[in-house]
Amino acid sequence: MPNTNGMLAVFGDMMSPDLARTLDLGGYSWKGVTTLDEATEAEPADGWRAAIVSIDDASEAAWSFCRSLRQHDDGTTRILLLVAGGQIGDLELRDDLFDDFCLSPFHPAELDARLRHLLWASGATPFARADLVEYGDLILNLETYQATIANRPLDLTYMEYELLKFLAQNPGKVFTREILLSRVWGYEYYGGARTVDVHIRRLRAKLGEEYAGLIATVRSVGYRFGQSRWGG
Amino acid sequence: MLDQHRDYVLRTVEERGVRLVRLWFTDVLGNLKSFAISPAELENALEDGMTFDGSSIDGFSRIQEADVLAVPDPNTFELIPWSERSAAEARVFCDIHNLDGTPFQGDPRQVLRRHVRAAHDEGFTFYLAPDIEFFYFEAGQSGGRKPVPLDEGGFFDLTTRDATGDLRKETIRKLEQMSIPVEYSFHEDAPSQQEIDLRHTDALTMADSVMTFRLVVKEVAASQGVHATFMPKPLEGVQGSGMHLHMSLFRGDENAFYDDADEHQLSPLAKSFMAGLLTHAAEITAITNQTVNSYKRLVPGFEAPVHISWARNNRSGLIRVPIAKKANPVATRIEYRSPDPACNPYLAFSLLLAAGLRGVHEGYELPEEADANLFEMDDTALAKLGIQQLPQSLADSLRVMESSELVHDALGEHIFEWFLRNKRREWRDYKTHVSRFELDRYLRSL
Repeated sequence: MPNTNGMLAVFGDMMSPDLARTLDLGGYSWKGVTTLDEATEAEPADGWRAAIVSIDDASEAAWSFCRSLRQHDDGTTRILLLVAGGQIGDLELRDDLFDDFCLSPFHPAELDARLRHLLWASGATPFARADLVEYGDLILNLETYQATIANRPLDLTYMEYELLKFLAQNPGKVFTREILLSRVWGYEYYGGARTVDVHIRRLRAKLGEEYAGLIATVRSVGYRFGQSRWGG
Repeated sequence: MLDQHRDYVLRTVEERGVRLVRLWFTDVLGNLKSFAISPAELENALEDGMTFDGSSIDGFSRIQEADVLAVPDPNTFELIPWSERSAAEARVFCDIHNLDGTPFQGDPRQVLRRHVRAAHDEGFTFYLAPDIEFFYFEAGQSGGRKPVPLDEGGFFDLTTRDATGDLRKETIRKLEQMSIPVEYSFHEDAPSQQEIDLRHTDALTMADSVMTFRLVVKEVAASQGVHATFMPKPLEGVQGSGMHLHMSLFRGDENAFYDDADEHQLSPLAKSFMAGLLTHAAEITAITNQTVNSYKRLVPGFEAPVHISWARNNRSGLIRVPIAKKANPVATRIEYRSPDPACNPYLAFSLLLAAGLRGVHEGYELPEEADANLFEMDDTALAKLGIQQLPQSLADSLRVMESSELVHDALGEHIFEWFLRNKRREWRDYKTHVSRFELDRYLRSL
């Protein structure tokens, strides 16, 4: 069963606290690995969803890791490099070994945006098929606009469907009402920001008691879909 | 955006095997109207609307301009939960347009749309949460006889064989399936009387929800051989059915009614909005209480307001400001207590918003809070406080409405004129009726 959550490999000698925090806040599941052997051992059964690889002045192992990813799974694992400023020249002639890069020290928002875009662009991989969003018992078919929970069809209005889709595509992440309003409704909406609360309430009712908890209220912030990395 | 809505609706009809799509709209008096189309027609309907003869609908077209267009609002597309599984049905609310595409003046939904849009242009969103009361009676009774309640339960009663409780539970389930969240529900004060409180939402969605609500309540009751009624005062001597409206204005994420600098957390805007409601209350009463029977509810002693006043925790006034459990900016609101559930929600919400905003624009001054029990005060004491009464009868309220420029402009000429004409006829019919009261009182003694 494809896991839409997927596991990220974070390859590098030193796991920076900034990087860990950025990934946690983004709701990503990740494992830090420092050698090729460790990476092979830690790799989940359904493969890495993506890899973040640090490139500094002694990065032969890192490049080998990239190469091995490219070879063993037909290159479907997206690779994002974190490149120290002085090493930018190392990228030359290695275009086939990575999909995107970010200069290090990185800006958390930039890394998050690049990573998100990369995963979105990799929609064609078996780990995140673009026409199906799955989370536990919830399945959204993006092509037919139909949603089911534990095989029970959900009768949703268009906006309920769009909101659920957005949340399910970004599990574990906390969104403010403003963000949800702007991303799901667009700003030109008469309902105002409280519309979000109304729709969340409706979605919970339609998901049913057993699944209402899929959408958690994060006090004085907003909402989160699915499990948080902090186990909340 | 609209294209995606359209796609969503068409695709869902296909995927879910919908056999019939019901196009819903509302006449001037607030009756739900419907005609059905086959799924094959739907794409066309979403694109161009469906033409129908408006002269067949009360308060719509005059004969010479008979045809109008019903244009489905894809936002409101829902599967109908009580349709048969093998032959699913869906409903969608429509806006009524003239054949040239302009909004049709006789459509209450278009009236509310106009007000919501105007408020939006000022940066406001109008939120409402109604507490809707109604009665269950034994079905199959014809007119003239006293209706028979299903139980003798009272407020919050949990009776052992609570038939009405099961009805209520099933009703709530269906409401939730139709995207209408319920906040509370309980057995009300009178025999077989129920109250269901809906969670706040924006005014247009809420007006649609009230229309759906009334149908769902009646459908569920009818399926169990019970008659549900929103008649404001079906039984003498017990309280009638109201539709208290909790209201607030939001500016984006902020409650414009809230001000933590004020001792009661009410912003100046909230106060002038309330002043607008109080100032124009008598003028809008014909719309919020539109039947002869409505005025039998608005009498002292039954928790219904009689006087045009406000207070924080006094249920005898027209406007109550509920005291928030904790200072909660989001929950700050006012409760307008005169409307009954037999009103047209589109028109009632339009007038409440128009009256409140008039107060805001003109900077009306909020009168003193009336925290005494007004039911216990005599007319001179009330006059000294400057407290007026709500209109006493449909005839009274029509007279006040007729001279209201606010109501005229808010409803538009078409509805204003038709409504007055229609309701005057209702009053005339009532006036010629000789009631049981008169026979009991006068037949032998005079």
